[in-house]
Amino acid sequence: MTTSQKTLSHLDWLEAEAIHILREVAGQCSNPVLLFSGGKDSLCILRLAEKAFRPGRFPFPLMHIDTGHNYQEVINFRDQRAAELGERLIVRSVEDSMKRGTVVLKTPDEPRNKHQSVTLLEAIEEFGFDCCIGGARRDEEKARAKERIMSFRDEFGQWDPKNQRPELWNLYNARSHKGENIRAFPISNWTEMDVWQYIERENLGLPSIYFSHQRDIIMRGGAMMPANVALTSGEVINVPKAGEEVINMQVRFRTVGDITCTAPVLSDADNVSKIVLETATTTITERGATRLDDQTSDASMEQRKKEGYF
Amino acid sequence: MSNHMQHNDSLLRFMTCGSVDDGKSTLIGRLLFDTKTILADTLTQISNTSKKRGMEAVDLSLLTDGLQAEREQGITIDVAYRYFSTGTRKYIIADAPGHEQYTRNMVTAASTANLAIILIDARKGVLTQTRRHSYLAHLVGIPHIVVAVNKMDLVNYDQAVYDKICADYLQFAEEIGLAAARDIRFIPMSALNGDMLVDRLDSMPWYTGETLLEMLEKAPAAHTEQSEQFRFPVQFVCRPHASADADLHDFRGFMGRIESGNIAVGDAVTVLPNGYQSKVKAIQLGETQLESAQTEQSVTLLLEDEIDTSRGDMIVKTSEAPEPVKQIEAFVCWLSETPLSPARTYIVRHTTRESKAKIGAIQYKVDVNTLEQQPTADLKMNDIARLIFKLAQPLMVDSYKSNRATGAFIVIDESTNNTVGAGMIV
Repeated sequence: MTTSQKTLSHLDWLEAEAIHILREVAGQCSNPVLLFSGGKDSLCILRLAEKAFRPGRFPFPLMHIDTGHNYQEVINFRDQRAAELGERLIVRSVEDSMKRGTVVLKTPDEPRNKHQSVTLLEAIEEFGFDCCIGGARRDEEKARAKERIMSFRDEFGQWDPKNQRPELWNLYNARSHKGENIRAFPISNWTEMDVWQYIERENLGLPSIYFSHQRDIIMRGGAMMPANVALTSGEVINVPKAGEEVINMQVRFRTVGDITCTAPVLSDADNVSKIVLETATTTITERGATRLDDQTSDASMEQRKKEGYF
Repeated sequence: MSNHMQHNDSLLRFMTCGSVDDGKSTLIGRLLFDTKTILADTLTQISNTSKKRGMEAVDLSLLTDGLQAEREQGITIDVAYRYFSTGTRKYIIADAPGHEQYTRNMVTAASTANLAIILIDARKGVLTQTRRHSYLAHLVGIPHIVVAVNKMDLVNYDQAVYDKICADYLQFAEEIGLAAARDIRFIPMSALNGDMLVDRLDSMPWYTGETLLEMLEKAPAAHTEQSEQFRFPVQFVCRPHASADADLHDFRGFMGRIESGNIAVGDAVTVLPNGYQSKVKAIQLGETQLESAQTEQSVTLLLEDEIDTSRGDMIVKTSEAPEPVKQIEAFVCWLSETPLSPARTYIVRHTTRESKAKIGAIQYKVDVNTLEQQPTADLKMNDIARLIFKLAQPLMVDSYKSNRATGAFIVIDESTNNTVGAGMIV
């Protein structure tokens, strides 16, 4: 018998837990997929997947549900990272769903985050995925605090908060019947700070918009919006209206989502260690600062999850 | 107060037991607020809600008030996880509701906790629910118990009230064997005023013990207090033979998480249930080669010999190998709205291994309020009973008392795939 004299540091512990979860997905599910956006959380998960499965290949492809409302540098980074890893990247776009008529916009420039659910469900059906691995964290939003590591979705992709499997010890139940789906969240127990500390420790590359840069900004509805943004779809949004002043500011993004509802924050942090410091002293939550679509109502995230949002 | 509480480790999982009336949500809100985890926009949000509800001060309990579904019902329906960090330690709080009908949520929250805070309302003293919470924390093997006598402000910070509650609790704890087996600590507090949580105000000069946060900072992390045997359930086998790299042609890596104990290169190991023996050739974590690895690390093991091993097998040290068994006796908490049916076949998932299982016998049910043993023919949701399972496949188990990972299992209903039971092997 032996006693462990020391315990793992919190990052080592979180890493070990996440690797365990990824391997459980690989061991229990027959056709999983890893959702990868090029954002910081999914970049952490790629690193964790390397630690979980190398020298083998990942036992799942990567997939991005592209809203078309992305910065080109994030998309380039996404493609570059997938190529470096030598893993297969599937891209399915909300715009294809719009062409098929399964996504109908109320207004042409409305945020497309919520429409991602439709495209995601279509892709799940197309490939027959039984599990989607995602980078959601419980600290992001109230509605996520009770989310399971292995979260069950019915045939319509719906999340029913009253019908989730109890999750005890580290015994995860990722079983599903045909048509049903599991969403697996390996970094559930990580906070924004943990993510940045891990990026720093592992020396992970990130899309440049996470770092402080000069950008033209307009103020709209009390929020800072990047002005004259060229989307990957080709259109230009946030064109200043008459009377709107364009100000050049030193900013960075804390999240990279749909551009139309992701606002930058004022920041001088131009490297990861400065971002870690800034995260330690910030007074605003990640979503509060940057996700305009969560402000609509106290329960807006819960509503979207019930409708099949990630 | 037996154990060495001066550890300063970097992650602690704990749970809170109590109902809304005990001030549990306020306690968690306070911990988050006083450790500066709550940011300005969240505070604005809950202060607006507090005003809307006609309250004068900001109601910190709103911070843990999660889903729309439960806000409508006015109760907490599930386990919520919260996080805070002090700079020396990261904390994961499992927040479970305390009502009787939510025994299963408490068991769920307790399963990963190394410390439990049991809340007592100073005006009410030790109640039936206190006994229930304590029994469950004991059953699920939480080694450290902090009894928090809350709402001291409502009893004029009277030391006599506090002393009486401590004495009552200890008497009961001795009755159920909790006092001998666990480290129990007491603390008087006012979560509402933030007294004795993070800050020590001057209302209770008679209490010179640690604040709640000081207790949390010093509580030992899991796996640090008793020696443990090496248990490595195989999760996944890595065989990249199609790779262009010729060195990888014969690579056969056994991937998993060390559930307990530690391992070093050169150690003699046995692969169960088949009993093949070999030696550890290498231990890898990502690109890093390790000389040894310890509890809770997720690693890849390479063995000296070519052994046919797959998910569900367990690698152990040859000198500490458990005997595979085809029958287990366990305390089971039933989690499902559909009662246990003794005639049915279930799936038992133990570590990474599954087996079909039939009920051999239901020995008795435990009344979680009186702790009385009662005969029963079936199990309903929230019931706890001692059962015997007969297994189709052998499992490599330890008693839950000696190992919380290899002593635990879940019961799955194959028709719905739901997790319907939680078991702790006797």
